[in-house]
Amino acid sequence: MPETLPQYLAMHAERTPNKVALRERIYGIWQPVTWKQYYEHVKYFALGLHALGLKPEDTVAIIGDNRPEWLFAELAAQSMGAKSVGIYQDSVSEEVLDIVSRSDATFVVAEDQEQVDKLIEVWPQLEGQVHKVIYYDPKGLRNYTEDYLMYFLDVEALGKEYEKEHPGLYEESVARGKASDLAILSTTSGTTSRPKLAMLTHGNLISMGKNLMAVDPMEPDDEFVSFLPLAWIGEQMSSVACALNVGFKINFPEAPETVQHDMREIGPQMVFSPPRIWESLVSQVQVKIEDTTRFKRFMYNWAMPIGYRMAETRFRKEKPSWGLKILYFLADWLVFENIKDQLGLRRLKRAYTGGAALGPDIFRFFHAMGVNLKQIYGQTEIVGIAVVHRDGDIKFQTVGLPIPETEVKIAENGEILMRSPAVMVGYYHDPEATAKAIDEEGWLHSGDAGYLDEDGHLIVIDRAKDVMTLADGTKFSPQFIENKLKFSPYIREAVVFGGDWPFVTAFINIDFANVGKWAEKHQVPYTTYTDLAQKPEVYEIIKAHVLQANADLPPAARIRRFLLLHKELDADDAELTRTRKVRRRLIARRYDDLIGALYSDARSVPVETTITYQDGRTATIRTNLRIEDVDTSD
Amino acid sequence: MLRGFRHTLNSSRLKPGETQLLVENLHLSFGGVAALTGVSLEVRQSEIFAIIGPNGAGKTSLLNSISGLYKPQRGRITFYDGTRAHELIGKRPYQIARLGIARSFQNIELFRNMTVLDNLLAGCHVHMKSGLLSAMLYWGPAQREQIAFREFVEDIIDLLEIESIRNKKVGALAYGLQKRVELGRALAMKPAILLLDEPMAGMNSEEKEDMARFILDVNEEHGVTIVLIEHDMGVVMDISDRVAVLNFGQKIAEGTPDEIRKNPVVVQAYLGEEQAAFPFAAGAAGGPHA
Repeated sequence: MPETLPQYLAMHAERTPNKVALRERIYGIWQPVTWKQYYEHVKYFALGLHALGLKPEDTVAIIGDNRPEWLFAELAAQSMGAKSVGIYQDSVSEEVLDIVSRSDATFVVAEDQEQVDKLIEVWPQLEGQVHKVIYYDPKGLRNYTEDYLMYFLDVEALGKEYEKEHPGLYEESVARGKASDLAILSTTSGTTSRPKLAMLTHGNLISMGKNLMAVDPMEPDDEFVSFLPLAWIGEQMSSVACALNVGFKINFPEAPETVQHDMREIGPQMVFSPPRIWESLVSQVQVKIEDTTRFKRFMYNWAMPIGYRMAETRFRKEKPSWGLKILYFLADWLVFENIKDQLGLRRLKRAYTGGAALGPDIFRFFHAMGVNLKQIYGQTEIVGIAVVHRDGDIKFQTVGLPIPETEVKIAENGEILMRSPAVMVGYYHDPEATAKAIDEEGWLHSGDAGYLDEDGHLIVIDRAKDVMTLADGTKFSPQFIENKLKFSPYIREAVVFGGDWPFVTAFINIDFANVGKWAEKHQVPYTTYTDLAQKPEVYEIIKAHVLQANADLPPAARIRRFLLLHKELDADDAELTRTRKVRRRLIARRYDDLIGALYSDARSVPVETTITYQDGRTATIRTNLRIEDVDTSD
Repeated sequence: MLRGFRHTLNSSRLKPGETQLLVENLHLSFGGVAALTGVSLEVRQSEIFAIIGPNGAGKTSLLNSISGLYKPQRGRITFYDGTRAHELIGKRPYQIARLGIARSFQNIELFRNMTVLDNLLAGCHVHMKSGLLSAMLYWGPAQREQIAFREFVEDIIDLLEIESIRNKKVGALAYGLQKRVELGRALAMKPAILLLDEPMAGMNSEEKEDMARFILDVNEEHGVTIVLIEHDMGVVMDISDRVAVLNFGQKIAEGTPDEIRKNPVVVQAYLGEEQAAFPFAAGAAGGPHA
């Protein structure tokens, strides 16, 4: 059996050379790459890098949208015994500099002008460490004269020449690879600190792929659409580890804006997305239904309760009655199938959500429509996935059961511990953090609080540090309350406070697109995001949604005061991680005056923020934020 | 994977810097109203040439004269294509278009009920060689020609980043996108010179920034000469190589953005129109594109 990812690639290229491995939509047409072509691109790019001086102890950093070249570059580095590190494509240049320098990268593969510009900006700090910056979309780069820039195809051509003088070098290098070799450095999301670099071996990635596929098998003819950042472990898991294990097809959309359209054309069998994608799909359906004809809205309102009843019956593992079955068949045929078709979810075998907690309402929504959405749990340090729901055994408050070869236990302090062949070797250049994360017996300390229920399902409460003790002494997860709020299509992000305070309060970010649409329809004039967020009418609809969320919460956990933030929380301002998780502590520090006002009698609070535009200009926003009181009695 | 452009959008054979369009002593009047009086200017290959001036200064009239919509009473407009010189006055608009002079309009002139793709393909129409019969049969050369056009149009879609609206009807698109499609339609003619009449009118600053970037891409990447009329001084001063100023049908200045900014006659013309702050006084730095 192959031990490394490049060995898997060679195996597929030999067994099924002419089968489609990858597809990319270019010029509006899906253009296939066969396993043989995939192999050759990797081979020649690898030889090219070798000719340019890549050594086995080196790292190749990759930044860009999801394209075949991203995978070529990753596997090429691994073929030569080196490792790759992915950088989120929306990172600003300081973040790029940070990852490139900390990972000791000697080559950077950057997609296009946008990414190349970031590297040119920080080049003085990288000179001497990085040999070449290699781009694969030459658009706009014609007049660049920096001698360290090189075109992807030229590197491949160099590799082809190199092979003539050194035949067999690539094959030997791949054959030398061992499961214990490092394959990738993967950035952790870093909700509490700057991202760490987890060292993952070929063995880690392959064992995760094998074990997940043992639970949820995929076929070589199945399709997958790769649209989430390849720097994220979840996308590495599907597009690299699982895909090379099984040999299913990876499809790359034309542009970020065409994902939905392209997804519908492909009709994938598996989707893995973080909660925000599922949340936005629900918002989209809700808003479209608001906008549609009366007849369609009537049909939707007729079908959804039937779907919910069916989902509840299945969650309770009961047999649905014949009457319900017939009704569900009709609802599915008339309504759900069409919605699923629009979302590209019609041929789905299963869908996963992971990376953060997903609200139960969103879970119910998809199961009502017959989408087999399952929760997974894991973290970068264990290749993204360790625990998953089994088909037909779904409890939306849990994250399921461990995958094969994986042990889960709860430490005395309530922390979740995991052990499996997929646990990382350690953090790159950080033995201290490694010692904290992995103990002598090989248990990975997750930093999450949780417990096991009577069926052995794992229940994750929240990051252990985030769990708050309410005024009445109960422990509560702020994320749970936030997810309740985010089920509303008008609420994009929420940050809940309450641990050290007598009651619970929240910052809320409105969803600009959906609230904007609502305002247009109800003839509420507005200019900017800040202006819209402070409209009394907007406060009214958000308040209605807060009341709705409060109704499902125990009295002590109910939100008593909230305000609508004047700006969207943004990863560029370090308020969110690149995977869009809230950096709670940083936000609390930055906006401590707002929190102070929430816990006073103030009706409003003045804010002044400086915004940096992308071109470097700054502007100051001065405004008053209204604070709304909510009645929390039953 | 081969990325980047497989086609060039520029059909001119001149070298950068050579004279491409020469306007000499142009007079145009409508009845007793003189729109242009003795305007002369020179546009060189691969530059961005801006025409500015207060409302009614004759900017659009000048553009319309070049593209053959108006017939000037006196003067000459000469277009050099690298092999010979063409006198434009007296030619029909379609003949001028076929020489490689493409334009966009102040008000969007697209087929609203056709898709973006079809609108762009319509722009290729001037270069179509196959006849009606073979086109109807969609056979042989006609078929090959259509496929080549489609490939060419996809390069433009890629350049202008309009993949996601390829099959949308133009009438349903936001205004800023329609303007972008109109630029694409002009590019589909494979122009030697692109005349843009207020390509950024009515846009917000983000859309303007996008548009400025696309214009620069077309100019830098493909070397297409661009003549544009624009009111946003920030944009004009930022992206143009040379600027001509018209006032009451006369050219009052010509030069680099820096020279224009300092020119007292220009300052006078603008102050005369509007007592408020001089548009360049705060420097282009005051504009959204500095």
